[in-house]
Amino acid sequence: MALQDKYKELVDTAKSSGVSDLQVREQDNVLYIDGVAPSGSVKDQLWDVYGRIDPDFRSADVVMNINVSTMVAGAKAKVVTEKSNLNIRKGPGTDQPIVGKAAHSETVTLVSKTNDQWWLIRTDAGEEGYAFAQYLSPEN
Amino acid sequence: MTGLLLFAASSFVLQSCGPKDADISAAIDTQLKTIPDLAGVTASVKDGVATIAGECKDEATKALAESTVKGIKGVKSVMNNCTVTPPPAPAPVVIAPDDPLMKNVSDAIKDYPTVKAEVKDGVVTLTGELKKSSLSKLMQAIQQLHPKKVENKLTLK
Repeated sequence: MALQDKYKELVDTAKSSGVSDLQVREQDNVLYIDGVAPSGSVKDQLWDVYGRIDPDFRSADVVMNINVSTMVAGAKAKVVTEKSNLNIRKGPGTDQPIVGKAAHSETVTLVSKTNDQWWLIRTDAGEEGYAFAQYLSPEN
Repeated sequence: MTGLLLFAASSFVLQSCGPKDADISAAIDTQLKTIPDLAGVTASVKDGVATIAGECKDEATKALAESTVKGIKGVKSVMNNCTVTPPPAPAPVVIAPDDPLMKNVSDAIKDYPTVKAEVKDGVVTLTGELKKSSLSKLMQAIQQLHPKKVENKLTLK
């Protein structure tokens, strides 16, 4: 319960900001927080709160997995690489050949979700292939 | 004569002191059946005292059972013996096995050439250097891979 107290503000924020399927479980001194945020900004807000309670995420006592409900097939997403282009691959894996690129900050269309890590996407130029989900941010 | 009247009056009062237990019980049953949440609840009545038994899924349902029974005409008081079923234990957290976890972690840190990662028994340990401004994004990417936990030993620049 100590962890639930430490991260009370985080869990309360998740509840009040409309995170659905929220699960908060404590196991072996780690607090696991899973849920689906209604928007990318809510997800960002939760990570801000988490980073404030645990500066630089040093405590290793939370595993937070928040998906965003607007990341759905047919929606648009922005490429949020550090600065480089986003590789578009033939299949879902970094071992797959690169079949195209999407520019940093470019907007692409989400075609279908393969798993938590990979999305099939299509660029406005018509290139289609798999991209790593971490570099795609929902457009709100 | 006065005495006889009094007797008659009092016997009248006694007889009309409310519905009989069986009638009350029937009314309760009918009412309970209209509320799906109270499907597992029963009540017996003796001398106008209703005793609630059965199972309620939570405290709110238990309170609902009590207020429902109290609202039935003729019920003087309620003994609420409804047992509250404890909520099922939450499903245990699923931790990704090391092999797929390591592969996904490798993919996740690919964009950060100065970051190294180790995976052991589900614990991801991050070492190396990283810009402080990129930390939140990297942690988001790693924590969604179902690790047991993430040890951040990165030197932040």
